Amino acid sequence: MSVNGANPLRDAQDRRLPRIAGPSGLVIFGVTGDLSRKKLMPAIYDLANRGLLPPGFSLIGFARREWEHEDFAQEVYEAVKQHSRTPFREEVWQQLVQGCRFVQGDFDDDAAFETLKSTIDDLDKAQGTGGNFAFYLSVPPKFFPKVVQQLKNHGLAQKEGSWRRAVIEKPFGHDLKSAEELNKVVHEVFPRDEVFRIDHYLGKETVQNILALRFANTMFEPIWNRSYVDHVQITMAEDIGIGGRAGYYDGIGAARDVIQNHLLQLLALTAMEEPGSFHPKALVAEKLKVLTAVELPEDLGKHTVRGQYSAAWQGGEKVVGYLEEDGIDPKSKTDTYAAIRLEINNRRWAGVPFYLRTGKRLGRRVTEIAVVFKRAPYLPFESGATEELGQNALVIRVQPDEGITVRFGSKVPGTSMEVRDVTMDFAYGESFTESSPEAYERLILDVLLGDANLFPRHQEVELSWNILDPIEEYWDKHGKPAQYPAGTWGPIEADEMLARDGRSWRRP
Amino acid sequence: MKIDLTETTSSKINAALVQARRDIGTPAIGMVLTLVIVTDEENAYDALKSANDASHEHPSRIVVVIKRVSRSARSRRDARLDAEVRVGADAGTGETVVLRLHGELVDHAQSVVLPLLLPDAPVVVWWPDGAPSDLAGDPLGALGQRRISDTYACENPQQALGQRAAAYAPGDTDLSWTRITPWRSMLAAALDQQSVKVASVVVEGEDENPSCELLAMWLADRLQVPVRRTISAGPGLTSVRLETKDGDIVLDRADGALATLCMPGQPDRAVALKRRDTAELLAEELRRLDPDNTFEAALKFGVAKLAAEGSAAPAPAETEAAPAAAEAPAAKPAAKPAKKASAK
Repeated sequence: MSVNGANPLRDAQDRRLPRIAGPSGLVIFGVTGDLSRKKLMPAIYDLANRGLLPPGFSLIGFARREWEHEDFAQEVYEAVKQHSRTPFREEVWQQLVQGCRFVQGDFDDDAAFETLKSTIDDLDKAQGTGGNFAFYLSVPPKFFPKVVQQLKNHGLAQKEGSWRRAVIEKPFGHDLKSAEELNKVVHEVFPRDEVFRIDHYLGKETVQNILALRFANTMFEPIWNRSYVDHVQITMAEDIGIGGRAGYYDGIGAARDVIQNHLLQLLALTAMEEPGSFHPKALVAEKLKVLTAVELPEDLGKHTVRGQYSAAWQGGEKVVGYLEEDGIDPKSKTDTYAAIRLEINNRRWAGVPFYLRTGKRLGRRVTEIAVVFKRAPYLPFESGATEELGQNALVIRVQPDEGITVRFGSKVPGTSMEVRDVTMDFAYGESFTESSPEAYERLILDVLLGDANLFPRHQEVELSWNILDPIEEYWDKHGKPAQYPAGTWGPIEADEMLARDGRSWRRP
Repeated sequence: MKIDLTETTSSKINAALVQARRDIGTPAIGMVLTLVIVTDEENAYDALKSANDASHEHPSRIVVVIKRVSRSARSRRDARLDAEVRVGADAGTGETVVLRLHGELVDHAQSVVLPLLLPDAPVVVWWPDGAPSDLAGDPLGALGQRRISDTYACENPQQALGQRAAAYAPGDTDLSWTRITPWRSMLAAALDQQSVKVASVVVEGEDENPSCELLAMWLADRLQVPVRRTISAGPGLTSVRLETKDGDIVLDRADGALATLCMPGQPDRAVALKRRDTAELLAEELRRLDPDNTFEAALKFGVAKLAAEGSAAPAPAETEAAPAAAEAPAAKPAAKPAKKASAK
């Protein structure tokens, strides 16, 4: 919703009316890439299909390929047909195709950026985009400085009376220093509030539901602290290997790829205090507080583990080990599995370990947050009656089967008193439907609306690197990754790491 | 799975539901609401199909109440309840109970439905056709916190709107109102882009389509300007013209799918505004279960308007919206007199 707060047709009580972005357009750099084809273009179509894009919304693709506008439109058409979530409708496509443009060029090519500029001016006239454009940098980070500089040089980064925004994808650097440099480069050209960092996890309904679960209910918050919580396990497991990403992945590894952004964001949302409001500033303040309070274990050797998958049978398929993957140095020390223990130094969480783990080629694809509670202080049952009883747990299943599981003890039917763990499932209502919005839909819409709530701020990125850097340094200097057979739940060392604390990993 | 019960009672139906859930091995109930559909044999199939589709977004227990017509004195005396319980793949994502009420029982449907409501979950009552004149006062309607009618299916939609307004209770809603959400949101977006004062409005659409009246009334209520309603051949709503001093903002949809938005000083743009099917409308309706105050305001505005036309609609004392009828343009001679809306 644009500038006008006094629109007589808008009314806070009228909650059927969706938030429609104001006049605007999107420029995608690296439009020929996978992300653009599989996620961005379909998401734009789905937004249009749901009536959430402004009339005249325009999409400009920028890439090296020699395409005409029609070729680009055809490419978008195919991507949409193949990957969009909502059914294909000709009239929605007709609305969208009118604003599709393509600009051919290299990032060094001044002429191409001039063409981009004139294309934007044309669209303002032909489509009424009002000069509002977001630049989506779907390109490797090494090109970021070049592209933002070009945008600045050609006067594209700012325009009087309208907004210009930059959208960037992870990785946001590979350590604190590089992240700071990257932030500097981008902030030199775009104001801080106009830079949107995409962490697609934050666009997921289930992740947003963490806030609803915690702050809209009364039954969870009273036990959401060190008095009742024994520990928290945050897991993101993938069953795939590195695929074709060898060039990117080697030297980066699981911790930098996943823990630094996704898992620490999940940790922040799980552990933060209640924000004063859902204003982006209030939310980011609480996330920063909790990330600042994160403390690393003293003995990193004992409380962190990294691993590499080795050749094995996984789910009925024979797969190669990491070191045998194409394009990987056989001596590589890159981690494909990482598990770390963190603590949070505040009144709520002191003494409660947060175990974060992620890996490739694990048992199955799953992301979840498990809050594991302490055992009851006293059990008035006969010995043996509660032998099968584990710890109560509340599990937020982020993907793929979105929902919440509560685990508690229940009497086994029969004459004798025997208590055993049972689980109660809540499958996330929206996920029942084919029409549960994709993370990218939500995030692109938020960029166009200028709503920064679901985007990590640069301070968060820097704080996360602050947490991870010492671990990476330690790993660099000590030992090498433990091997685990593909298709298992990680190396033995990870189990030992929890066993030292008298705990064990959940099988997610 | 499907269980047929004849000459049954609510408690037997409940037992059958539990049994069916156990048999298919998913005893957990993940349903978020009970949807009661009140209909007749003729409309039951379509209504249930739409409700099942909508249940993908809102897993629900669907209770279809079919009142059977008794054709003899004997059958009128003979009260009987037949039921069909569907769970699992046969029932969308929830459970379905189809109730067939015979004889005297037809007048006591609520006694059958009450025990079948999900515990502590919202109840929505939907009349795809033939809604009672007072939704909240109806014994079945009283069970629901949300009551959905469809004036589009009425013999005389304009008159039905008057009835709805007169008997409005918080929680009432109408699918004719749901149908215009995309129009309303596009018009609101248009005014987001251009903050000009609208001087007057013309809403054009097919005759006997209450969505046109509701949109006209909503605009009149929000903008406080004269609104004219004119007739076209359809399909559905065909255009809305907001007249401003800078020129007209026009949203025009001739083919029921792709519209054109024209704004002064801006290029014409295509906007997808497809007419939606009942399942989509129902899914939107079930998304929010609190009273729709905007609908109430729009609906009640119209009572005065319809009364000014001299129609038979009952009009409560709504003096503040004094009818200062704007003249319908002579250029639009329609078969029926163009409806006029007016504001203070």
